Amino acid sequence: MTTLSDPPQGSFRLSMLIYDTRYRSLTFQAIAAILLALAIWYLGSNLIQNLRVQGLDIAYDFLVDPAGYDINQTLIEYDSQSAHWRAAIVGILNTLLVAFLACVTATVFGVFAGVLRLSNNWLVRKLMSFYVEIFRNIPVLIWILIIFFIMIAVMPAPRAFRGDEPDATMLLGLFAFTNRGVYIPAPVWGPGSLVVVATFVASIIGIFAYRRYATKLLYDTGRLLPTGWPSLVILIVPTLLVFFIMGRPIGLDVPELGGFNFRGGIQVGAPLIALWFALSIYTGAFIAENVRAGIQAVSRGQTEAAAALGLRPGRVMKLVVLPQALRVIIPPLISQYLNITKNSSLAIAVGYADITATLGGITLNQTGRAIECVLLLMLFYLTISLTISAVMNVYNNSVKLKER
Amino acid sequence: MSDTHAQSVAFVRDTEIPSAPPPYAATGPVKWMRENLFATHANGALTLIALYVIWYVLSGAVPWIFNGLWNTSSLSECREVLDGTVGACFSVLTERWNQLLFGFQYPEEYYWRPTLAFLLLGVAAAPVLFFDLPRKMLAFTAIYPFVAYWLIWGGTMLTPIVAFLGVAAGAMVYKRFVTGSFALGFFGGIFAAFVVWNLGGFLISDTASDTAMLGAVPSRDLGGFMLNMMLGVTCVSLSIPIGIALALGRQSSMPLIKWICVVFIEFIRGVPLITLLFVASVMLAYFFPPESSLDLFLRVVIMITMFSGAYIAEVIRGGLAALPKGQYEAADSLGLDYAQAMRLIILPQALKISIPGIVNIAVGLFKDTTLVSVIGMFDIVGMIRGPILASTEWNGVYWELLGFASVLFFIVCYGISQYSQWLERRLATDHR
Amino acid sequence: MKKSVVIGALTAAGLSAGAAAASTLEDVKARGSLNCGVSTGLVGFSSPDANGTWQGFDVAVCRAVAAAVLGDPNAVEFVATTGKTRFTALASGEIDMLARNTTWTLSRDVDLKFTFVGVNYYDGQGFMVPKELNVSSAKELDGATVCIQTGTTTELNLADFFRANNINYEPVPVETNAEAQQQYLAGACDVYTTDASGLAATRAAFEAPDAHVLLPEIISKEPLGPLVRHGDDEWGDVVRWTLNALISAEELGVSSANVASLSESANPETPEINRMLGTEGNLGEMLGLNADWAAKAIGAVGNYGEIFAKNIGEETPVGLARGLNGQWEDGGLLYAPPFR
Repeated sequence: MTTLSDPPQGSFRLSMLIYDTRYRSLTFQAIAAILLALAIWYLGSNLIQNLRVQGLDIAYDFLVDPAGYDINQTLIEYDSQSAHWRAAIVGILNTLLVAFLACVTATVFGVFAGVLRLSNNWLVRKLMSFYVEIFRNIPVLIWILIIFFIMIAVMPAPRAFRGDEPDATMLLGLFAFTNRGVYIPAPVWGPGSLVVVATFVASIIGIFAYRRYATKLLYDTGRLLPTGWPSLVILIVPTLLVFFIMGRPIGLDVPELGGFNFRGGIQVGAPLIALWFALSIYTGAFIAENVRAGIQAVSRGQTEAAAALGLRPGRVMKLVVLPQALRVIIPPLISQYLNITKNSSLAIAVGYADITATLGGITLNQTGRAIECVLLLMLFYLTISLTISAVMNVYNNSVKLKER
Repeated sequence: MSDTHAQSVAFVRDTEIPSAPPPYAATGPVKWMRENLFATHANGALTLIALYVIWYVLSGAVPWIFNGLWNTSSLSECREVLDGTVGACFSVLTERWNQLLFGFQYPEEYYWRPTLAFLLLGVAAAPVLFFDLPRKMLAFTAIYPFVAYWLIWGGTMLTPIVAFLGVAAGAMVYKRFVTGSFALGFFGGIFAAFVVWNLGGFLISDTASDTAMLGAVPSRDLGGFMLNMMLGVTCVSLSIPIGIALALGRQSSMPLIKWICVVFIEFIRGVPLITLLFVASVMLAYFFPPESSLDLFLRVVIMITMFSGAYIAEVIRGGLAALPKGQYEAADSLGLDYAQAMRLIILPQALKISIPGIVNIAVGLFKDTTLVSVIGMFDIVGMIRGPILASTEWNGVYWELLGFASVLFFIVCYGISQYSQWLERRLATDHR
Repeated sequence: MKKSVVIGALTAAGLSAGAAAASTLEDVKARGSLNCGVSTGLVGFSSPDANGTWQGFDVAVCRAVAAAVLGDPNAVEFVATTGKTRFTALASGEIDMLARNTTWTLSRDVDLKFTFVGVNYYDGQGFMVPKELNVSSAKELDGATVCIQTGTTTELNLADFFRANNINYEPVPVETNAEAQQQYLAGACDVYTTDASGLAATRAAFEAPDAHVLLPEIISKEPLGPLVRHGDDEWGDVVRWTLNALISAEELGVSSANVASLSESANPETPEINRMLGTEGNLGEMLGLNADWAAKAIGAVGNYGEIFAKNIGEETPVGLARGLNGQWEDGGLLYAPPFR
């Protein structure tokens, strides 16, 4: 009986590599490894030979040479004498900037349209499905171009603001909307402004503390504290008080028409706005669908049960439907965020200086180092994508249904 | 009895009162409007806002469209005729119609060929899309790729015939051996196809194309919306088998194969398509021998196929994960080996679940084919931004051209997504 | 069995690699067509017309080379290249020569390993501004927004110019000339800068060309010329001398109209024409071409002056004067080495 479970020993035959399931997987993996090695060797040797024939090499030292070109929208110090790697950093920051802005507004658009698509107002429902269908079914590149061209054509040029009876005027005397971008006042930080900012941050923390206390009180004693207006008071009053006590340390640098352009203030360039708006409105249509699907995925029984408990419609949404819907909405939302980041590479079509336009565009053109630039470009996007997925996965796990 | 009854009651109405019409406000369009447009104050406000938006858009667009001109020969002439009034210059569409659809290099006398290929595509795709059609039509689907290749690129008829024979030989060998061992059938089939292709390669002389029935067209002459359609159709159909293989590889118990698939999928999904197209346009040429005949179209097809393959793999992986574990165990308990279990039990169910996802990927991919304009190919967006807008006659016509491209894409993509929804309803087997 | 698959795949790979890289000239002759990289669309230099035929100044150079090598000016496959893909396309052998208004610079010549065979157009970077801005010199452009076409040397020149004059500007990079024109006309930028030839062509297409002025400053030297890969000097010579033949032909008075009669027999009074057109000597043989190579090239596209007049000359919408691009006898810079 003991021999029953013992496999036959010492009789390994070559055919067992194919027919014996214990060894077969090894055979397959060995074949796969060989094929992979052959492919890498084939491509690699071709690359080396081609480069040798051309007398080229793969080197990254061009990155420290002066870039020689200027960039209009930069978040860090940069001029034409800065190195190529610095231009790449400028590009990276610009990519992250537009991706972040577009993620925020796309979520707003998406939630708005998604909820309105379920509205019981027929006209609004139809209008929102029209929006969703039209934006989902036309390529984002075409949308970026259309929106950019609309901006260029419809917005006034800065020269329209000139003269005694200008064709265009600044909004509230503070904001200028031109086809070169939007000029907004920039804050000027005087001495003591740090205290104001610190107060503001402290009030935000204070709001959270107050809400926590209100919840605790509700659970412990059943007493319901109002949260709406006290939050607003905490947010505004201390900061305003400190602002005036410190003698108004924060001023505004209002943009002013001087020379060819508006000067002063912060300029948000037209390419940035066009790309931002196009990405958010395009992706918003997708998010709207996710939101709608998420809300519809919560079974009717949940809403009815909540209503039967006597919850008001607002609370039904907040306490019962949304927490469950979010679980369905979040994973596709993450991939939409990733899509925004990747689609921001289309900045190249409107001349926004993102990483594809600096490192993968002008730097590549000027140095001719195509292989190096494209590799670095892919490395950057890969890092961003993997980071976002990792962060979002952690969040995802934390809201996952904890089944017992 | 009826008599007594009649006498004991003073008055009996012997006809039914005609039912009164419902109150005016609770019927017809008014009721509908009250329920659907002005249910609450907020709702009413929303309706008014929506009406304003609609009016705003239409008041701009309608005169522009209906005042449009269709038969001027240049933008300046069009503006002259319009004489300051609002109106579109659709004449750019009529004048450059062929360029928008076929690119500027495709020989004019051959336009019927891609058109025919497009019509046949409908016939070939029908049995795949609609299960009710007779299965025999699939035979045409099988030969369609070769017919379409021959129609669009022209050249000697032998090339597609040899390619088809190779595939047919492979399929026959596969059928013959697959009952014994899947691996034998699969690899044997590939081997047979290779043998036929290599032997057939000797049959085709270099000059065969010169005397061919259909004149040869090099692939760099393809362009316009035709190029978008070709890239979309080719890449989606090629990427489905790749996606299946990758998804199975990612689920595999063999660490090396799993590792290769995971790295590949995550890499492709982590980078934008545009960087992959840069690879196709500026890097890929370095990885092949200098004289290899890998033209830009082929390189782009390779890259887009890899791209959509990785995305489809993730959709199919979702489908595989959604299958109850019992299905796998049932297959095992029947004594099926891996290949049989996958072929007969797992994949048919997993693919059914994945179809809506795959269609979504296909729509996204089709839209993404416009990105090839960035690397200097003349698809419809490339044609618009390149030759047409650069020409002296039509410099400055943006809305008409981009609007036309949008309409084309909308028709195709909306059609596909409506199909996907129909399919979803059709395949829904649960009861809700 | 699996082994044979591997071997099969290797053979297939080997077969495609088997066609060894011969010299470019032999490749072109064997292929029967010339792969010529051109710009994706710059009116006057290279752009497809309504019928899809490539037209332009750079295109004519490609056609001349095809005529010289293959005897047929239409045996050219035009490969549209962008600023990004042009060098890779040439380096990887996808195209045999690049005629895409590319500026001859040291780094392109030395670092990227290309050989510029000559200059077919002497250009320089200029500025265009609306007249209403009352700007008369580029040095007054402090704070202006400038539209630049990306992927060219113009960006570098512009940065250098403004830095050297210690004034600021805001660059607006644009992909194509058409888009630059649109932004400039809409007032999204105050100034448009690119090669002076391009500016003239762009301005000519405006509805009101007089409302815009070209500033006097030309801030760079832009010798534009066709280029080939390093390391294949025979092929470089063929392209170089085809270009020289076009230039010499104008100097010597050979045109598409009279080239047929001139190349019928040697005329003792014009030895250089005889040598160039192959009725005397064996210059064509030295290049590895037929004796009538130059006659074919000139017959196909005309001499330099004819090409210029037909594509970008004053009679065309582009409307450029010869200027620097005149023959040296007329005060220009064109000076072709002798055919001897």
